[in-house]
Amino acid sequence: MSAVYSGWIPFKPKPSVIPGFGLTFGLTVTWLSLIVLIPLAALFARAASLGPDEFIAATASPRVLAALRLSFVTSIIAALVSTVLGGFIAWVLVRHPFPGRRFVDAIIDVPFALPTAVAGIALTTLYAETGWLGGLLAQIGIKAAFTPLGILIALVFIGLPFVVRTVQPVIEDLDHETEEAAACLGASRWQTLRRIVFPTIAPALVTGFTLAFARGVGEYGSVIFIAGNLPMVSEIAPLLIVIKLEEFAYAQATAIAVVMLCASFAFLLAINILQRRMAASRVSGR
Amino acid sequence: MSSANIVLSVPQRPRIVSTGAALRWTLIAVALGVIGLLIAMPLASVFAEAFRQGADAYFGALGDPMAIAAMKLTLIVAAIAVPLNLVFGVVGAWAIAKFEFRGKSFLIALIDLPFSVSPVVSGLVFVLLFGMQGWFGPFLIEHGVQIIFAVPGLVLATIFVTFPFVARELIPLMQQQGTQEEEAAVALGASGWQIFRRVTLPNIKWALLYGVLLCNARAMGEFGAVSVVSGHIRGATNTIPLHVEILYNEYNFVAAFAVASLLALLALLTLAAKAVLDWRLSVSPKPGERKT
Repeated sequence: MSAVYSGWIPFKPKPSVIPGFGLTFGLTVTWLSLIVLIPLAALFARAASLGPDEFIAATASPRVLAALRLSFVTSIIAALVSTVLGGFIAWVLVRHPFPGRRFVDAIIDVPFALPTAVAGIALTTLYAETGWLGGLLAQIGIKAAFTPLGILIALVFIGLPFVVRTVQPVIEDLDHETEEAAACLGASRWQTLRRIVFPTIAPALVTGFTLAFARGVGEYGSVIFIAGNLPMVSEIAPLLIVIKLEEFAYAQATAIAVVMLCASFAFLLAINILQRRMAASRVSGR
Repeated sequence: MSSANIVLSVPQRPRIVSTGAALRWTLIAVALGVIGLLIAMPLASVFAEAFRQGADAYFGALGDPMAIAAMKLTLIVAAIAVPLNLVFGVVGAWAIAKFEFRGKSFLIALIDLPFSVSPVVSGLVFVLLFGMQGWFGPFLIEHGVQIIFAVPGLVLATIFVTFPFVARELIPLMQQQGTQEEEAAVALGASGWQIFRRVTLPNIKWALLYGVLLCNARAMGEFGAVSVVSGHIRGATNTIPLHVEILYNEYNFVAAFAVASLLALLALLTLAAKAVLDWRLSVSPKPGERKT
């Protein structure tokens, strides 16, 4: 058969002596379709059935636009902050060993493992004016909880481990010889960091940024407690979807969800293209 | 020549590039400060708030019938979702890692898809399918089956959210291990199931265990997706994270943090298990280097 038809057949296996391809592949695709693909298709089918006028009416209201803008702006800023802090933490963890480093390294994963609702109420209590940190911030006139700043704190908490875990292995693989060569050639430490180290870890930093951003845009549990949820001011897009669902406004909820998914997908695609351009220009010698 | 060899054989060559002690410790202190403020303090505050009114209030909150109902429901949901994702994670990893086929990276991307979907949207899709105004909603109501605002919806949303965990732990490891050992087993006349049990499973057991632990932690702690499909019916569709939310919104902070501390404990246990498994992985012999 395959000798007769040699066109492009998706998912066509190369011959192998190991048994079980048909069974395992079939089960995987079936399960994937039932649990992930059909439900997601339902979302887009529902959005497509709305009609353009209804779709625009559902998404172009000031409240929806404000929520989408808030979600995207806070996620981007939080991902940037996570990238700077996470890159720095990864550098210290790899290059400057200290007693208890393994323990601190394990702590980094807490935001991955801690359920978002628990993180949400803990951060809120901590940063409220009656809390340990909120009280300190209040003395210098900063209100963190129940403002967009609170959203930012929650998103940095969620995003930080993504950056650390992406950048850390790259720093571990850096060889000291290149840095030493730069130093021998008369480069200052700062020049070496900027010209040798940074370009090497930059792709990992960008990847960490995109992971933190992608997680941040859709984040719900850790944000809704600390956000204050004031429409037009501190109401994030995922929360608005939940509110619309509770009002049984399924069409509006669907439209907001589709816009959110498409916008974050477009943003990630743009970063991906940018990353490829960067890599290509580095190879071609700038 | 000989002098070069001598230089190379010196075990600890002093670093040409080094950071002064003062700067070094400043950097470490700043990093520890950031980690402490951002990560350790929220974690510590969960336990501090939970015990704010003493151990009696803490255990009283945990013994509350509604809290116990939430714990039972969370265990039931995880007991269904985790084994299913375990089986399909292993099956998917086998198909992807042991065979070469076109469109493989596309399939991997699809398996990872639930990670990049907002939890709220993960719940929404099931409401659109099975809710009152959903595709299958009217049909299901006619036949007396309730999925949304009931346990099946919680299970479905949880399976969706935890879908990638096991497969994603296994695929890189199994790809790196290759297919030589399985091919040798085939040549020796082993059946597919025998190959999996005797050859593949011993090679992947620690990664599999870690994937299951992560899957379980997320299944028990999932909030957004479950919140959308649950309807928050106390004693009926409230999992532990949803119960935490209700208690918190009622300003019953001690009880909220007491119940939340269970989830924080689960997270800490998961991380501790990860540390142990990392250590096991680093000391266990790599495939091909195994003792006979």
